Amino acid sequence: MGKMVNGVPLGKQFTRLDDDICRPFESFPTGRWLVAISITSLMALCFAVAAGATVVGGIGLWGNNAPVGWGFGIINMVFWIGIGHAGTLISAILFLLRQKWRNGIARFAEAMTLFAVICAIQFPLIHTGRPWRAAYWLLPAPYHMDMWVNFRSPLLWDVFAFSTYGLVSALFWYTGLLPDLAIARERSTNWLRKFVYGLLSLGWNGSNRGWQHYEKAYLLFAGLSTPLVLSVHSVVSFDFATSVIPGWHTTIFPPYFVAGAILSGFAMVATVIIVLRKMFHLEHIITVDHIELMNKVVITTSLMVGYAYAVELFIAWYSGNSLERFAFMNRALGPYAWAYWIMVSCNVIFPQFLWIKKVRRNLITTYVIILLVNVGMWMERFVIIVTSLHRDYLPSSWGIFRPTLVDMGLLIGSFGLFLTLMLIFVRFLPTVAMAETKAFMPGAQVKGAHHE
Amino acid sequence: MSSCKGYIGLYDSPEELLRAAEAVRDAGIKKWDCHTPYPVHGLDDAMGLKMSPVPLIVLFMGGVGAGVAFLMQWWMDVIDYPFVVGGKPLFSWPLFIPITFELFVLFAALAAMGSVIWFCKLGRWASPLHQGSVMKDITSNRYGIFLDSAEADFNEDKARSLLEATACQDIRRLGGEA
Repeated sequence: MGKMVNGVPLGKQFTRLDDDICRPFESFPTGRWLVAISITSLMALCFAVAAGATVVGGIGLWGNNAPVGWGFGIINMVFWIGIGHAGTLISAILFLLRQKWRNGIARFAEAMTLFAVICAIQFPLIHTGRPWRAAYWLLPAPYHMDMWVNFRSPLLWDVFAFSTYGLVSALFWYTGLLPDLAIARERSTNWLRKFVYGLLSLGWNGSNRGWQHYEKAYLLFAGLSTPLVLSVHSVVSFDFATSVIPGWHTTIFPPYFVAGAILSGFAMVATVIIVLRKMFHLEHIITVDHIELMNKVVITTSLMVGYAYAVELFIAWYSGNSLERFAFMNRALGPYAWAYWIMVSCNVIFPQFLWIKKVRRNLITTYVIILLVNVGMWMERFVIIVTSLHRDYLPSSWGIFRPTLVDMGLLIGSFGLFLTLMLIFVRFLPTVAMAETKAFMPGAQVKGAHHE
Repeated sequence: MSSCKGYIGLYDSPEELLRAAEAVRDAGIKKWDCHTPYPVHGLDDAMGLKMSPVPLIVLFMGGVGAGVAFLMQWWMDVIDYPFVVGGKPLFSWPLFIPITFELFVLFAALAAMGSVIWFCKLGRWASPLHQGSVMKDITSNRYGIFLDSAEADFNEDKARSLLEATACQDIRRLGGEA
């Protein structure tokens, strides 16, 4: 007979947790899952077709034109890399801040980071026109031209930031998965599952001589990811801020981009998690309290983003620079005013309803608001990129950007790619960190025993 | 008898495990280990483990990464193919900082992963613990103390009585026939 906690043996509570988390990937796919993945893979197919068309037909198939040289390609890249940031925030920053509630959603958010980075890097690669030659332009490798890449360009910093971010997120995620893969291995009933999970778990056996180093490494991963995630979106913002385009050339960009990334990322985590907790009956592990806490982060970052919008407008006026003033007047009142006001209302105005406790604890109202935030944050990148470019210094070179079918195919397709990867993940891997959750359960630790 | 791989005692609560680990530590055994489904606080002290060298390794490798990045950029842009961009001086080092930082993080993270693989002895799939339900228990809901038969003066009776002395209810012999 084991230790009793709240009237239930501790061991039994652990087994129950394992059962709940493992059930989705140990049972036969439900009809709902099959329907979902059929839809998302069709969307992902759109991506493949549109990307193939771009490779064959060239960037001319996109809406990019002479003043607006950066269109959906860069908008989607910034959007997706921003989505990933919430995952790292939850897994690393909240870990360092010892926020226990992160356990339930951390694994999930990390997976989301990884898949969002995968989506993000597709766009610059396709945008090069010849993705199979990308290494030639992007990496400092010795080629016959004897020239090196331009280390003074933020676009090259992006190459390093994105690849580091993708790789570090993958390692962090995999390190966290190891003990849970071992649980999955031990629960496997057929040889194939036992073999695959056995291989992936690398022979993890819960040794404390291992845990000792594992915990240190995990903490360090969190410590490394924290400045990394802040650097990634800062570097993304440098792509714009170091140029001399009115509307881009501002010092507020790095923190503004990071806050926006967290806002959009949390909205995306909530969008996906609210559906999946229902689909896999994880309501008692990912509770309404989790949703409420995420909503609080959404309000906070929404205010930060709102502040950034206000400061941009104020500085445009206060600087006395006529080009700067024009850029912002044009954003708010020009041909893309609709996009600007969608952005402002979705990112700053609607999230304020979350101040009301009933609204932020209600799944339907939450869902509506976070969907609007997703839209708003995509629009933000659209506004920043398109409105700044389409009317620059020379009125004779002004133009209007209109996305084409291929652009839309890539955008919708990237959602398909992201959701398909997500659905595959929840079918085959534990979506909640079991080992970590156990460590925080009541009675799991000895009272008075401290951990250095 | 020679095929005995060791003895494992299974416990049902972290308190029992911690007390037992202290007893085994004080018995002066070298080749033993605790196996737990999650990190149990205070166990490192109870086992008498030394500080982990992982932070130093990670810091060192991070430094190597930063050094590699900075030297690479300097050599490529200033020495090998001097290249003026935007009228800045050849050695405009502040612009080399972002990549230096990124490679610091990259190398450090790779070192952290390498440390996990090395120190947790991962990549070794065969283990005597795969006998019976032991592995399932210690990865899910029970705590084990494993006395390895690789210990210099390993003696089956001694191992068993050591575990019995810790009030262990479930002692199992691993490997071969008893």
